[in-house]
Formats: sequence, structure tokens, C-alpha cells
Amino acid sequence: MEKTIAGKSIAVNEEGYMTDFKQWDKSIGEALATEAEINLTPRHWDVLTYLQTEYRNEVPLSIRKIGKSGVVDIKEFYQLFPKAPLKTATKIAGIPKPASCI
Amino acid sequence: MKHLVILGAGTAGTMMANHLSHHLKRPEWRISIVDEKTEHHYQPGYLFLPFDIYEPEDIVKSIDEFIPKTVDLVQGAIDKVVPSENKVLMHDGSVLVYDVLIVATGAKTAPEEIEGMKGNEWYKSVFDFYTFEGSLSLRNKLRDWKGGKLVVHITEMPIKCPVAPLEFAFLADSYFKHKHIRDKVEITYVTPLSGAFTKPKATEALEHLLQEKNINIESDFAIEHVDNEKKEIVDYGGRAIPFDILVTVPTNKGDEVIARSGMGDDLNYVPTHKATLQSKEYANVFVLGDASNIPASKAGSVAHFEAEILTDNILHFVKGEPLKEEFDGHANCFIETGNGKALLIDFNYTHEPVEGTFPFPGVGPLRLLKESRMNHMGKLAFRWIYWNVLLKGTHIPFVSASMSEAGKKYN
Repeated sequence: MEKTIAGKSIAVNEEGYMTDFKQWDKSIGEALATEAEINLTPRHWDVLTYLQTEYRNEVPLSIRKIGKSGVVDIKEFYQLFPKAPLKTATKIAGIPKPASCI
Repeated sequence: MKHLVILGAGTAGTMMANHLSHHLKRPEWRISIVDEKTEHHYQPGYLFLPFDIYEPEDIVKSIDEFIPKTVDLVQGAIDKVVPSENKVLMHDGSVLVYDVLIVATGAKTAPEEIEGMKGNEWYKSVFDFYTFEGSLSLRNKLRDWKGGKLVVHITEMPIKCPVAPLEFAFLADSYFKHKHIRDKVEITYVTPLSGAFTKPKATEALEHLLQEKNINIESDFAIEHVDNEKKEIVDYGGRAIPFDILVTVPTNKGDEVIARSGMGDDLNYVPTHKATLQSKEYANVFVLGDASNIPASKAGSVAHFEAEILTDNILHFVKGEPLKEEFDGHANCFIETGNGKALLIDFNYTHEPVEGTFPFPGVGPLRLLKESRMNHMGKLAFRWIYWNVLLKGTHIPFVSASMSEAGKKYN
């Protein structure tokens, strides 16, 4: 599926997650955040950058890991990205929705 | 004489002892299996205990009954493993030196991970059913409970048998109906996932069942603490859900011995190659069952399929041959849905559970992802199969270690 955002065309899945991280840039991140009704502050960017680094290192993401990352605690993570923070933050960061393994 | 050591005499370790005893024999090989416990519990039975479907004696037997006579059963606590020296240090000071190590130390609940979970209300109105003690005290509580808010809750993934909490909710619905107090019980299913299950097609089918049985669902709930005063669970976003009885699945973690040995990840699971079951760090260490971090279900059926492939791989390894990358994450789970019915799901790393027939394509007799009485009979028969076939490492006819796509409806 293709989607036009911030004047660019990006590939997304049916849930709106980007399927090609290479297409992501900061302006797309800003636009995806606006869609999620979030105003990105420097703290948001700290978290998004951390998530992208972990993704590049192929580290599976979970709320627990983020809470222990030293970047943000879970309480603040919820304040920054309310309701379902991991899902919202990964969507803005342009990385896949974390699969909770089964 | 070479020495193969298995840590843990639960489902996975016991199956490996039985498999390998046919292949690695004296005088070349000695096999030891280590466990501090003396009882072997049929863990799926914990689900039935609270509803008076099983009695304690149905699910507890002696460990040594299932270990072959040619295998040394070492009953004692492990202090730690020193993988760089091929040693297992025991609590009593003795040392086991190994050539090959199999880690099958399992996973256990860790209610202390969540503030207030193991508080004043623990085993009074807050219960787990993943331990024998929890399941039994819940049975006693339910026996004379008059009704109220029942909350069935998962703390965080991954957990052993991810379908068990759903089954608990379904069986509770059925149990209270039979007691004629279903109208006095409000059942809510609370999960950190976005829906009833981790895979889309099964989620759809299961959410339909929840609705049909009048069970509320609260998703995306990441618990922060249990409030013992107000009797509610509260998530990081401040969402609070009140309960009269909370049946929770606490955080599941690998054994502490893994942490003490420096061999685990942040939940004490051992990083493991998902297709060969070899440890990612140590070539002569293999991991199966709940102890590993592979992205498969933590379930007895998975350990059973793993054991068949791991047996081949251990034999390759001791002969210096390359390992087979064969394990596909195959899992096969009955899901009790109450009123004498059950669903069956069969899936692997790449193929989600779908509708179809099992094990014979087009015939069955079991039906995938659909409620049926036959599936329920299958689930009940499974206890006998567990004690008499599965633990002994006997191959289950018509059910292969790698998942079959035949008879399944993929789009």
C-alpha cells in the first residue's frame, strides 16, 4: 500500500506502519505524529531515536525493555505517547509494530 | 566416558532423557538429569483444578517414574552453570563436568515484578493459576463465592501457554452457568495485547467467542500496580479496573539459575538459535522448552516437537556433523471453550492458526479453529497421552515435528 505524507510517497501496511524504514525521514516522522495527535518535543525524539537504534540492532522491543533502557521510564513513555505507547511510537519512528511473541 | 547433562526434569528435560537414552549409551556416554524437585506436575491441569474438573492427584506424579533407569537422576539444587568451563556447580558443593549440556529449566511466575501483586490480597482475592498453590487456593475461593467482578488478567508477554487465560475465562463462564450464578458474575478479560490473541485469524474467532459468552475485553492494558485497598488494577496510563476476584498471570521469567550463570536475557531466557536449538553463545549448550528465547509458544507441544529435532541435532553434534536447521516453531494447542467443547489450533513461526481439519487433511477428526466436542475429548485424552506417551518421548502417530500445511485454509 502506498501513502502520501509530507509530500512524499511511503509504503505502509494495512495498519499504517511503514514497511520500508529507509523511506523514513524526520519530516515524515513529524507528519505521522500529527496524524496520531502528538506534538513532538525533544523528549519524544530521544525515545524515537532510541527505538530506531534498537530496531537497527535487531533487538526485539517491549514495554519492559524500554522501561529499563535508561532513556525513559514507563510512566513517562505513557505520558509522551498516551494509550498504547509502543504501538504509537513505533509507527511514528517508521519501524514495524513489535510482534509480541507467543 | 563422555557426559551429557540435562538441567531440569520437567516436560522438556524428561522427554530429552527418554529420547537420548536410546542413542547415547554406556560405556561411551553417561546421561545425567538434574532437578531439585521430587514431583512432576502436569501443568495444563492447573487450568482445570480451580473448577473442580481435576483433583490434585490427577496432575501430580513422582519425577523418577518418568526417568529411564539408564539415566542418573541427580536430585539437588543448582548453584550455577559455568559454561566457559563446561561445569555445573551444585548447591551442595559437588560439580558436574559435561561434554554436552541441555538447558530445560523452564519458566516460572514472578508476581513480585508488579507492585502490590503479592500484597495483602494475595491468595485472598488476588490469585494466579500457573502454580499448584495458586490454582488450589483459587478452587477453594470459587467453591463458595457468591458472585461479583471476576477479572482475568495477563501481566506481560511472553507467558507459558498464551491461550490458558482465555480458556480460564471460558471455563469460568461455563462454571458459573452450572452453578446458576452467571448473572451475578461480571467477567472481564484484561490483556496487554491489542486483542484476544497474538495472531489475527485466531483473534477474530476468539473475540467472537468472548462476545458470545458475554465476557468483556480490555486490551492494551500494561499494568503498573495492584491497589489492594481499592481492589483494582491500574495501568501506566492511569486506567483502573476494579475486581472482587483478580485471576492474574504474573510476569513469566526463566529460572534464577540462568541469571546467576549470566546466560540469560532480561527475563532470564537463554538466547537460542530458533531453528537448531543451539545456544547462541556456547556450541555445546542446547536449550529447549520454556527456557529458551525463541519466538515460539511456551507450551508442552512445542517442547515435544523440539525434542524430536533436538535429538537428531545432538547426535549430529557429537559426531561432529553440521546441525539441521529444522525447527519451524510448530505448536499445537487445544483451547477449552467451556460446556464440553474446545478449539484446536496448529501453527508455526510463519503460519498463523487457521480453520481446517487435523491431523488428516479433509477428514479430521479434529477441527481447527472451530468449537467441537471432539476437540474437547482430545484435550481430556491429552492428559493420558502426556503421562503415557509424550514424556516417554514416543512419537505421536500422524503428528509430525514440522507443521503440515495440508488440510488448512490459508487464503
